[in-house]
Amino acid sequence: MEKRAVFKSWWLPVLFALPQLVLILLFFYWPVAAVVNWAFTLEPPFGGAAEFVGFANFREALSDPFYWNSVVVSLIFATVGPFFCIFIGLTLALAVDRQLPGSGFFRFFYILPFAIAGPAAGMAFRFILSPERGLAASINALSPDLWNPAKYGSHALALVIIIFIWKWSGYTFIFLLAGLQSVPRALGEAAAMDGAGPIRRAIDVQVPLLAPTLFFLLVTMMTEGFVGADTFGIVHSVTGGGPNHGTEVMVYRIVDEAFQGLNYSGASAQSIILIGLIMLFTFIQFRFIEKRVHYK
Amino acid sequence: MADIQIRAVRKSYGKTPTLHGIDLSFASGEFVVILGPSGCGKSTLLRMIAGLEDITAGDIAIDGRVVNKMEPRERGCAMVFQNYALYPHMTVAGNIGYALKVSGVPKAERERRIAETAKIVGLQDYLERRPAALSGGQRQRVAMARAIIREPKVFLFDEPLSNLDAKLRVTMRAEIRKLHQRLSATSVFVTHDQVEAMTLADRLVVMNRGHVEQVGRPLDIYHRPASTFVASFIGAPAMNLFKTRTEVETATVRLDGAAIPIDPLVAHALQGRDVIVGIRPEQCRLTREGHGIPARIDFVEELGVGRVIHCEIAGEAFAAAVAEDAEVAAGDTVWLSLPPEQLHYFDAESGRRIEFPLPGTDIPAARSSASITHPTGVLS
Ligand SMILES: Nc1ncnc2c1ncn2[C@@H]1O[C@H](COP(=O)(O)OP(=O)(O)OP(=O)(O)O)[C@@H](O)[C@H]1O
Ligand SMILES: [Mg+2]
Repeated sequence: MEKRAVFKSWWLPVLFALPQLVLILLFFYWPVAAVVNWAFTLEPPFGGAAEFVGFANFREALSDPFYWNSVVVSLIFATVGPFFCIFIGLTLALAVDRQLPGSGFFRFFYILPFAIAGPAAGMAFRFILSPERGLAASINALSPDLWNPAKYGSHALALVIIIFIWKWSGYTFIFLLAGLQSVPRALGEAAAMDGAGPIRRAIDVQVPLLAPTLFFLLVTMMTEGFVGADTFGIVHSVTGGGPNHGTEVMVYRIVDEAFQGLNYSGASAQSIILIGLIMLFTFIQFRFIEKRVHYK
Repeated sequence: MADIQIRAVRKSYGKTPTLHGIDLSFASGEFVVILGPSGCGKSTLLRMIAGLEDITAGDIAIDGRVVNKMEPRERGCAMVFQNYALYPHMTVAGNIGYALKVSGVPKAERERRIAETAKIVGLQDYLERRPAALSGGQRQRVAMARAIIREPKVFLFDEPLSNLDAKLRVTMRAEIRKLHQRLSATSVFVTHDQVEAMTLADRLVVMNRGHVEQVGRPLDIYHRPASTFVASFIGAPAMNLFKTRTEVETATVRLDGAAIPIDPLVAHALQGRDVIVGIRPEQCRLTREGHGIPARIDFVEELGVGRVIHCEIAGEAFAAAVAEDAEVAAGDTVWLSLPPEQLHYFDAESGRRIEFPLPGTDIPAARSSASITHPTGVLS
């Protein structure tokens, strides 16, 4: 029988929980309350208490074509990025899991990018893939502006997505490698006896059994792509949302609007829309994909 | 149908040697059982035949072709794994038919063969189930069906029955045997269960610590174990072994103060050597008080068909099988006789069996005739 500790006084348990409660209140509930408050109010131009304006802030955000642009950019960022992160992480994990010579080294090596802060990686890639130097310069020598993220929004978006993928593939790699190691080795061997080569084995046996891990990564990586600190950090340090709003993901636009444009109310309304969007995505994922995942 | 040659095969994991030079050859269509204690390298050997494990040194040839560098799929072997290794995300039909799917057999043909194979193992009503919804015995059958459907030249079994309950094991054993008669593919069956080994094998390979101890027909091995290891490993309860010295003059060996008569021919041949003498519990006889060796019974094991008495002689555990109506109880002292013709002799140093006549010894005619008249009846 498990013995439970019972507190005799009411204040002792509260005291123990207090630091955590304070942190949650201060950094979670309070900001949420503030955001909700701002989203439905507007400060009068010449000072005074904020006035309740109903859905006016939402209407304004939704009628702004740049806002819709940021939604599209975010959608691209948060689907293409995670897709490649998972694909690359999976490929690397399958390779390392085969335990070929050197796999110990690569296991360590592939995780490394994840330890680097997004903005730092962003700065590095800004130089590595800058159109005037190195690799990109020789590509541009074929024809001018074949690669110029400073000029074309689509190139810039590709650039920030590449950086995101570079960093987060290490993360998916860890999870997928762990997942692969829990797939019984005998299954791969049975498939080998059945005549399947390594790639066939991966597709027919290992990947289906990784479905729960893949699903988990899909949800977390898409959320990361929409609102992750790196999404903001990379865009902020590499392109600043440009050129011509080409990389203006929703989080970047929100921060920009709030702290550059000082439009707290508009930014708050956008935040709430973003949260709603993520909830919708997660709901769709759980509703339609989770059912297909075999949990044995 | 294919024969398998294993020539001077060694295996090391890193620096640790696991198999120390195995030489075996299995004839086409033979049912070979590899028997040995846990960790002796049976699975390793089997997996090297299958192609799941690299061969450190030596050659394995299937059907005359050296397969050392071949992928598993090129070797024409099918394997049944200990934990079945069924694909949990596929149905029974998917599991059975996977090999055909991989090799690109058209769907209609595939389904026909799946149905056919499922029928052989009695799974036709379960084709749409997932492995998780099957009992242990059914899973076992799926694993077998998956191997059968490929019509392999060689079947490899790695302790396929060890996860089943005792009754099912007996049934499956019979089925495997029947299946072998029907398909007559060369089969290599690994187990640590000697009953399984004795009942299934055309030929038995006994392994210990990465060596082959003995190869032979099950009964030959039972009757003429090549070493003390084999002697104690085959047969339940295990053969009684005791180390002693032969006395040529009296033609006896000493056991705990009692002199046990042995064949004078043997005594002569051994010339007073230190030997290990063995006798199977089922060959020991109860005898009259004052004859043979006295032993105090520690406990009695009821087997139904008989009883086994356990006692201690000369500091060693000693077992004897007696009839079920024998009146024995723990604490009693009984007298045991050990028939000389049932004794096995092993070298005290190497543990290898000593065969008679020893090569190079000539037996004087006088003594040999004396041995025939030697009253073995004294003890019984
Ligand atoms: N991958 C490995 N790396 C290192 N040592 C191994 C490896 N696989 C097996 N061994 C060692 O090789 C020896 C033989 O192993 P093997 O699996 O062949 O035993 P076994 O006879 O099949 O035993 P069991 O009846 O328990 O299955 C064991 O001592 C084991 O520790
Ligand atoms: Mg084994």
